[in-house]
Amino acid sequence: MMAYYEDVVVGDERRVGEYEFTREAIVAFARRYDPQRFHLDEEAAKDSMFGGLCASGWHVAAASMRALVDYRAAAFAEIAARGEVVPPLGVSPGIANLRWPNPTRPGDVVTFHVSVLDKRETRRPDWGIVGFRIWGVNQHGGQAISYENRPFVARRGG
Amino acid sequence: MLHFEDYPVGEVATFGDKLVTEDEIVAFAHDWDPQPFHLDAEAARNSQIGELIASGWHTGAMLMRMMCDAYLTDSASEGAPGIDEMRWLRPVRPGDRLHARRTTLSARALSSRPHIGVIGLQLDVVNQHDETVLTMKTAAFIRRREIAP
Repeated sequence: MMAYYEDVVVGDERRVGEYEFTREAIVAFARRYDPQRFHLDEEAAKDSMFGGLCASGWHVAAASMRALVDYRAAAFAEIAARGEVVPPLGVSPGIANLRWPNPTRPGDVVTFHVSVLDKRETRRPDWGIVGFRIWGVNQHGGQAISYENRPFVARRGG
Repeated sequence: MLHFEDYPVGEVATFGDKLVTEDEIVAFAHDWDPQPFHLDAEAARNSQIGELIASGWHTGAMLMRMMCDAYLTDSASEGAPGIDEMRWLRPVRPGDRLHARRTTLSARALSSRPHIGVIGLQLDVVNQHDETVLTMKTAAFIRRREIAP
């Protein structure tokens, strides 16, 4: 799934990794990037719609990115181990339809998954665009995050 | 404290002033997005972009921090259900100086919780050359002033 554009199969689905949201990590991320009361302080969070401390949505998204990057790095290492040329990395023009259906709480372990929605060639012979759906599920089966990302993926012929 | 009523539809507000350093770009990437073009200028050469740039998630997080500092921590915010669309239009590089622009697109009461409103927003991150580097459409939950929970 994580290789050249030609190797990507629409409908393919993988578990890419997991991340534990410790209380310390939730508060540390929030202090730096999202210092709202329900991400920083248990007492203040009780008075919010969340009813208790929860992770910044940006923290959940960042953890999904980390899982994806690590998964792809392992896949690329296998390509290199076979003596093949590792594909150059493309960037992403953006994401869409991001939802946080459930708050992520201290102690939650979120497992991230990715599936291939679609793929298309671009006008440039060396890059295609692949539509991925990424989602994360907590240990209770609740969905923590879901979104679509459409990065450039290198073509073998390019 | 700012409430739902303080975000009139059509309002455009400019806020924030964030100098982006190479150390911050690399630190965020090290933790969350360790791709070569976010970690190391030399390694970035073998990529589509060819130079060190900030992770798009980092730019989003910098926007979030600017929002918090400018108004969100002083508002009756109740979080957000998601992001309909976020586009990374241009690279964010070390030394860039960013600010943000918020446009209120819509506002309605939540039928299930009358003391909460939903505001539809467009948020843009703009660099020192007046170029938009990130644009996103999102919604925010916020308490209404005149209705107690």
